[in-house]
Amino acid sequence: MDVFSDPLNRDVYITGFLWILKLTLAGGVGALVLGVVLAAMRVSPVPVLRGFGTAWVNIFRNTPLTLIIFFCYFGLFSTLGFSVVDDIDLNNFWLGVIGLSVYTAAFVCEAIRSGINTVPAGQAEAARAIGMTFIQTLTIIVLPQAGRAVIAPLGSILIALCKNSTIVGTIGLMESSNAMKDLINANGNAVIPIFLVFAGTFAIVLIPTGYGFGWLANRLAVKR
Amino acid sequence: MSTDAVLYDHPGPKAKARNLVLTIVFGLAVLGLLYWIYSRFDEKGQWAGSLWKPFTYGSTWTDYILPGLQGTLQAAAVAMVLSLVFGVLFAVGRLSDHWWVRLPAGAIVEFFRAVPLLLLMFFIFFGVPFITEQPMSIFWAVVLGLTLYNGSVLAEAFRAGVYSVPRGQSEAAYAVGMRKSQVMTHILIPQAARAMLPVIVSQLVVLVKDTALGYIISYSELLQLGVNNLSANYGNVLQAAIVAAAIYIIVNSILTGVAGWLSRRTRRKGRAPRAAGAATQQATIEPGLGGGGGA
Repeated sequence: MDVFSDPLNRDVYITGFLWILKLTLAGGVGALVLGVVLAAMRVSPVPVLRGFGTAWVNIFRNTPLTLIIFFCYFGLFSTLGFSVVDDIDLNNFWLGVIGLSVYTAAFVCEAIRSGINTVPAGQAEAARAIGMTFIQTLTIIVLPQAGRAVIAPLGSILIALCKNSTIVGTIGLMESSNAMKDLINANGNAVIPIFLVFAGTFAIVLIPTGYGFGWLANRLAVKR
Repeated sequence: MSTDAVLYDHPGPKAKARNLVLTIVFGLAVLGLLYWIYSRFDEKGQWAGSLWKPFTYGSTWTDYILPGLQGTLQAAAVAMVLSLVFGVLFAVGRLSDHWWVRLPAGAIVEFFRAVPLLLLMFFIFFGVPFITEQPMSIFWAVVLGLTLYNGSVLAEAFRAGVYSVPRGQSEAAYAVGMRKSQVMTHILIPQAARAMLPVIVSQLVVLVKDTALGYIISYSELLQLGVNNLSANYGNVLQAAIVAAAIYIIVNSILTGVAGWLSRRTRRKGRAPRAAGAATQQATIEPGLGGGGGA
């Protein structure tokens, strides 16, 4: 544990996990909003929207996140000159958030769509029978019930997102995995404690989060 | 609930007109988006023939893309076999009657599911050589990382599958005098594997995508050779990334298609245990650290 008594090293550790936290939060919000919109598109009566949603899911779900993040940096930023802010670290952060959001949104969309499938057909039929429009049926009747059914899968997606945010390190952000790599290279005699601290931080946060979502899912499940 | 035409009525004349308007509006919006991308490419000269032409050269494919794909598929294939073995072993371990097997197996599975794969690969590739004092092969660093993570996720899938096998199956097996290990290997695991086939195959798709992490520790896979090295020669990062993405999408779509075909086939022949549908549902909906798409 000597490694972490050095304030400089402790700083590297803390900054690394702060980046992970920020990436997870920003990417989570982006993915959730985008995912719900995509799911609504995929069940809508307009064929163009359905096609767009399907194409999005098939493209981004089957492409490695590493390639997407790589593309965000080398394609979007270096080649096409797309940048969000001037500060390099912050710009990399936002490019990472874009990559994480478009990738994770595909999974959120599929989760919500499978949640819509758990809502009995009678619910939507009843809504239509009293004259609700598609938007009303979806937002007032179906999505609230679907949302409660997909708490657990959304939880898994959030956890996966948190772990995936380490990949943004590829484009130079000093997030936890890069921080660990640097500490290992500088302190070859304390490799195992360094790994255990970094991996342990993820495990201590994410394992209870997983069980927490399971508990929440049980509590909020629509009892049928 | 089937999503087709349950959420909205069969369109009448008014709805048809409205849908047509919406189709045109959103169709134009999508075209606008495509045009924006096109003009953005155009502005930066990304449609230049010299950037796309390399993909018509034989050497581009034989020197970069195919060897890269080979690296990806090699690592994926070895890791698939190893993680299936790992998954079965640890699922059985977690179901053991002895606490000194059950608890460590459970701890290992939970730990490796919670740790980001990249962190694990960094540790294996950069950290382990400090301990063993000899260099680590990149190939095995990638495969080992993939195995530990995906094996742990598969262990949970197998476990859920074993729970999905009706109790009567193991009771009957014990009644005809089978030993505990025989019940597991002859009765439970085969049925569990069949019930969880869709989950297992979709995890294998995750595994194929995760091989791209090997790029970060410079393992010669598709992203490394087909995008990084290729574009170093021709300056066509964007184009190379698009081609590589297409290859990944094709490979994974084939795997997904196989998964769908397998699950339809199992269902049709009525081979899956009765509770399998519910268990698959349970496993996909079950909270946990796996799933959710990996990397």
